[in-house]
Amino acid sequence: MTTHSSAVEISHLRKTYGNLVAVDDVSVSVAEGEIFGILGPNGAGKTTAIECAIGLREPDAGAIRLLGLDPHADRDQVRQLVGVQLQASAFPPKLRVGEILDMYRSFYRHPADVSELTGALGLAGQRGKFYRSLSGGQRQRLSVVLALIGRPRLAVLDEMTTGLDPQARRDAWGLIERVRDRGTTIVLVTHFMEEAERLCDRVALIDHGRVVALDAPDRLAAGAQGGKSVRFVPSGPFDETLLTGLPEVAGVQRQGQHVLVTGTGDLVNAVILALAAAGVTAGEVQLGTPDLEDAFVALTQQEGAMA
Amino acid sequence: MTTTLTPPGTAPAAAFGQLVRNEIRLAWRQPTSLIGGLALPAALLVIFSLIPTFRLPQAGLGGFSPLDLYVPILIGFSLAMLALFGLPIPLVTYRELGVLRRLSTTPVPPSWLLAAQGVVQLGVALAGLAGILVAGAALGTPAPANPAGFALAVVLSVAGLFPLGLLIAAMARTTNGASVIGRLVLIPMLFFAGLWWPRELMPAVLRDVSDVIPLGAAVEAIQDSMRGPFPTVSGSAPLLVLTGWAVLFGFLAMRFFRWE
Repeated sequence: MTTHSSAVEISHLRKTYGNLVAVDDVSVSVAEGEIFGILGPNGAGKTTAIECAIGLREPDAGAIRLLGLDPHADRDQVRQLVGVQLQASAFPPKLRVGEILDMYRSFYRHPADVSELTGALGLAGQRGKFYRSLSGGQRQRLSVVLALIGRPRLAVLDEMTTGLDPQARRDAWGLIERVRDRGTTIVLVTHFMEEAERLCDRVALIDHGRVVALDAPDRLAAGAQGGKSVRFVPSGPFDETLLTGLPEVAGVQRQGQHVLVTGTGDLVNAVILALAAAGVTAGEVQLGTPDLEDAFVALTQQEGAMA
Repeated sequence: MTTTLTPPGTAPAAAFGQLVRNEIRLAWRQPTSLIGGLALPAALLVIFSLIPTFRLPQAGLGGFSPLDLYVPILIGFSLAMLALFGLPIPLVTYRELGVLRRLSTTPVPPSWLLAAQGVVQLGVALAGLAGILVAGAALGTPAPANPAGFALAVVLSVAGLFPLGLLIAAMARTTNGASVIGRLVLIPMLFFAGLWWPRELMPAVLRDVSDVIPLGAAVEAIQDSMRGPFPTVSGSAPLLVLTGWAVLFGFLAMRFFRWE
């Protein structure tokens, strides 16, 4: 076995279902110890890419290495080292939580401290409950626990917090950070921009089966089109050309009693000074800086327009 | 997609014990197998014993009573229930729910779960066999005259019937589908096994069919081994029939079984 510093190495991955190209050409490299996010609209190919990567599906083309291993040829080793949480997975309805945990724990050579995992995700008191009587959120949390129960060196989590309430989501984030701090590399597919911004060192934005952007979340956000925005309630009527004439301003929009001004540079000062000069004051001022969601929308729309 | 059977991987051997333990719990909590393979056949034997004429030896039956004949028939009934329902239904349910798919991301290959299920069903089969023999002995039916031949007949009956269950698991997409197929196969098989009309009383043409039907051959083999010297060269036909079905069903099940 060769030495390696990437936990995941995917190059030119392609997977089609008949005429449907689910994954077109994806190349991604995840460093050990990284929390790597995969974002993208529904049907972008995220789950297919993940399932190819972990050896659950056979790709049409491309090379995959997990921790330096081939997910097919080195199946057994990979299964010991990689923990997986699938989007849709189920367990026998009439097994109890504790029975499922003990069973999955027995699969691994160096299992984790189960009570720590269940405690962190609020499942500590649920061992005696039948799987069928768990709520959707509890099932989801159990699924995350089971992905981490083998103390994996790489954990692949597909929509880990979908269906969780805000508190449970934060608990899960805290757990993922602690697990990473102990050396586990995390790859997570997510729909939540907040989750990607809070957790991920880098994110890959996938659309139409391709990586359309790959960077740290804040740098992706900074590169988003649209720039800054100011939203306010003017004290009285004013002529819009007062603002549209400013070099900092890109657009002015009326939203009921609010005015939304978008632009770049020192937008806030320029707008407020121009209004003041006309004898109008701006109330209830809200500032907007571009975030990951703006980048997401901008980049996926761009891609959609090109296709 | 297809996943091939993998040799035992790096999962600790204790994992298999955990799988079996949980399958036993599930068999207890959802007692389809325990009812069909153990309780029902033993209960039927007791109920038949309450019919006065069933306990009288009859010349037309080779000097045996109808109750004597029902011992091998009910052993076959038990094995058929386990093969057609006990074995395939949980597997199809696991595949339908995604249990096998989730398992295939762990060091334990899904084939271990199939093996664990097989172990549990075999356990129920043994318990069912013991239940019928004990109930039979208490009701005065003769014990197997040839224990080694009896064991061979039972083993080959399991070998001929259980792969049929795996074939059903391979063909059915849903739990409902599996149980419909199971019932469609069960009823004619039970008929030809003699549940309603013992093989001894069947017209020759029906009996010829019964001879080549897996459950008919199973009942014939078990019955022959209970009565006297067995297997003999001239009486080995049912064993060959069972072996043939075992190979055919086994091949088809392996060819068409899908983990997903």
